[in-house]
Amino acid sequence: MLSADPARKTTSALGRRNLRVAIICGVVLAGMVGAAYAAVPLYRAFCQLTGFDGTIRRAEAAPTKVLDRKLLIRFDANVRDLPWVFKPSQTTQEVKIGATGLAFFKVTNNGKTALTGRASYNVVPEQAGAYFQKLECFCFSDQTIQPGQTVEFPVVYFVDPEYATDFETKGKTELTLSYTFFPAPTQQADAAATSSPLGGKAKAGL
Amino acid sequence: MAYAAAAHDDTDHKPGFFTRWFFSTNHKDIGTLYILFAIMAGLVGGALSGLIRWELAEPGIQIFKAGSSVQLLGLIEQSNHGYNAVVTAHALIMIFFMVMPAMIGGFGNWFVPIMIGAPDMAFPRMNNISFWLLVAAWVLLITSMFVDGGPGRGFGGGWTAYPPLSTIGHTGPAMDLAIFALHLAGASSILGAINFITTIFNMRAPGMTIHRMPLFVWSVLITAFLLLLSLPVLAGAITMLLTDRNFGTHFFDPANGGDPVMFQHLFWFFGHPEVYILILPGFGIISQIVSTFSRKPVFGYLAMAYAMVAIGFVGFLVWAHHMYTVGMGINLRAYFVAATMVIAVPTGVKIFSWIATMWGGSISFKTPMLWAVGFIFLFTVGGVTGVVLANAGIDYSLHDTYYVVAHFHYVLSLGAVFAIFAGFYYWFEKMWGVKYNEFLGAAHFWVMFVGVNIVFFPQHFLGLDGMPRRYIDYPTGFSYWNKVSSIGYVITAVGVVIFLLVLIEAAIRRRKAEANPWGEGATTLEWTLSSPPPFHQFNEPPVIAPDHH
Repeated sequence: MLSADPARKTTSALGRRNLRVAIICGVVLAGMVGAAYAAVPLYRAFCQLTGFDGTIRRAEAAPTKVLDRKLLIRFDANVRDLPWVFKPSQTTQEVKIGATGLAFFKVTNNGKTALTGRASYNVVPEQAGAYFQKLECFCFSDQTIQPGQTVEFPVVYFVDPEYATDFETKGKTELTLSYTFFPAPTQQADAAATSSPLGGKAKAGL
Repeated sequence: MAYAAAAHDDTDHKPGFFTRWFFSTNHKDIGTLYILFAIMAGLVGGALSGLIRWELAEPGIQIFKAGSSVQLLGLIEQSNHGYNAVVTAHALIMIFFMVMPAMIGGFGNWFVPIMIGAPDMAFPRMNNISFWLLVAAWVLLITSMFVDGGPGRGFGGGWTAYPPLSTIGHTGPAMDLAIFALHLAGASSILGAINFITTIFNMRAPGMTIHRMPLFVWSVLITAFLLLLSLPVLAGAITMLLTDRNFGTHFFDPANGGDPVMFQHLFWFFGHPEVYILILPGFGIISQIVSTFSRKPVFGYLAMAYAMVAIGFVGFLVWAHHMYTVGMGINLRAYFVAATMVIAVPTGVKIFSWIATMWGGSISFKTPMLWAVGFIFLFTVGGVTGVVLANAGIDYSLHDTYYVVAHFHYVLSLGAVFAIFAGFYYWFEKMWGVKYNEFLGAAHFWVMFVGVNIVFFPQHFLGLDGMPRRYIDYPTGFSYWNKVSSIGYVITAVGVVIFLLVLIEAAIRRRKAEANPWGEGATTLEWTLSSPPPFHQFNEPPVIAPDHH
């Protein structure tokens, strides 16, 4: 079959066509791998834009309208991989929708060296993420605490009045604001010498 | 192509054993390798599910404890983690090493080129690489089961491998090996998919237009596209897991701005098309069989083909129905509920078209037809529970319960596996050149049909009662239906033994196969060739008449 000249010509023509389809498939493949990685910044941008998944947004100014309706705000504080004691100074607060609230969180460094932490945060119910906004927060930057030092951090927040009109959130009367302090990336580089980046078996609690 | 030149004198020359099976570039030989591999992997995965049912036969710990007979063999670890590792391995083996190799690598390689009148696949050597990559992936996965995972031996985080359980929860090398296994299995499938797409687009015989292709070819083409579009996303997601675990990145680590929920989005963007990858070739096989044994062309050929296109397309838009409980907004959930339910429409088109094909046909209930009708029944049951689970409100209660386990085993363990057995018996003579014993084949079907229903139907009750998945133990209130389910496993195991008897009996008796044992209903091109087909077929491409369908 391949020995006849015309046949060979058609075979190589087929080979070229096959290669073309394979190359197109290869481009699609590379595009999908790229799309998977592009999902990382896109997902983050999406969450910050919409407050999806309880992501809290940073606001520049307080709202001008205050509604005559109170919400119960609960506070929660956690620490991972740091010798810190981190507690909210109050367990709950009642604020009117649109009014600015002020809450305090207390951190004590029980370690022997100065440590830098970074707080991640979240609000439940997740749909409230779009309306729970902060004007002032220790979570906006990394915090360094000296050994034995106790620091009280203020958080200035408000709930956007649109909370009361969104059908997903208007029936909900309680919100929980949760913080977790993690070692800041610079801190982790130092700590990496003593424990694995994942915190090791003991830290996983297994 | 290496020995295609040697075959120009039209003698059916075969290379020596080692060259033929280890350096194979022949689509039929590679298909055979895939099918043998899938049978092997299916027996291993089935044995693992036996350990699961044995453990769950009664409340309390039966075999994953020190001194139990299975533990003494050293196959499993005496811990709750050991159970989780077995569940994980069962899932990965059945999905990536049994169903996919059997349907796509096995039947796809064997019959797609023949059905479109092509001499071989477009890239025969790449075909060989696909198979051996899968073998390498298998070695990695099995190794993963026997090395330290962190909490114990092997990886126990389920086939979904959600972080943080797959990052900080499993600090040992078992998870890394499992990730590499998935990388290689994924590369194998992607290369195979490119091969199928190219073959089907470029190598059809004259007259074999896209709209005259048999439905099995259609199903493999759509499956190949799903593989090409979804597997790279899995590869990306598990590579992120790998770098999070070993190289200090924070894709899924909230400590540095990562989000574990994003892994679920990426995983299910792959995972949902993946479940259609598992079932679509089965749809194709069932269409061929129902048409053959009803002695009628398939009802609504074009609707059948484009229903599969629609299922494949919509399959990419419904991934978040696997993760209703992560806290999505109600509008988002409403969208995913609606989109998921839309899939029931093209699926219904297929089910009703199969029934309409049988309607008024001259049906003969040979073994392949028994499996095909069994498939239609079981897949419909699984589809109905799927529509139930599509409701976000109901899923809040049923998420991660045995109801979900029952649902996906009805569509996959019973649906996909029944389709594989249907195809296996349908093409048995064509592939092996000998006949199977009709009585043993029918016995295999009936025992298996009864067995799997007894395994999985009671799991609906357990799920509705609130029994969660992925636990080694349960309260005594769940013991009755668990016992029944485990008895069903024993019946199913007897069915598998009958399957092995079918193979042995056929190998010993060696009844000469006919080119077309099914008569006038078998209209596709493979039945125009001898059984087994010549080593190289269609050197002169066949010409397809316009009235083929």
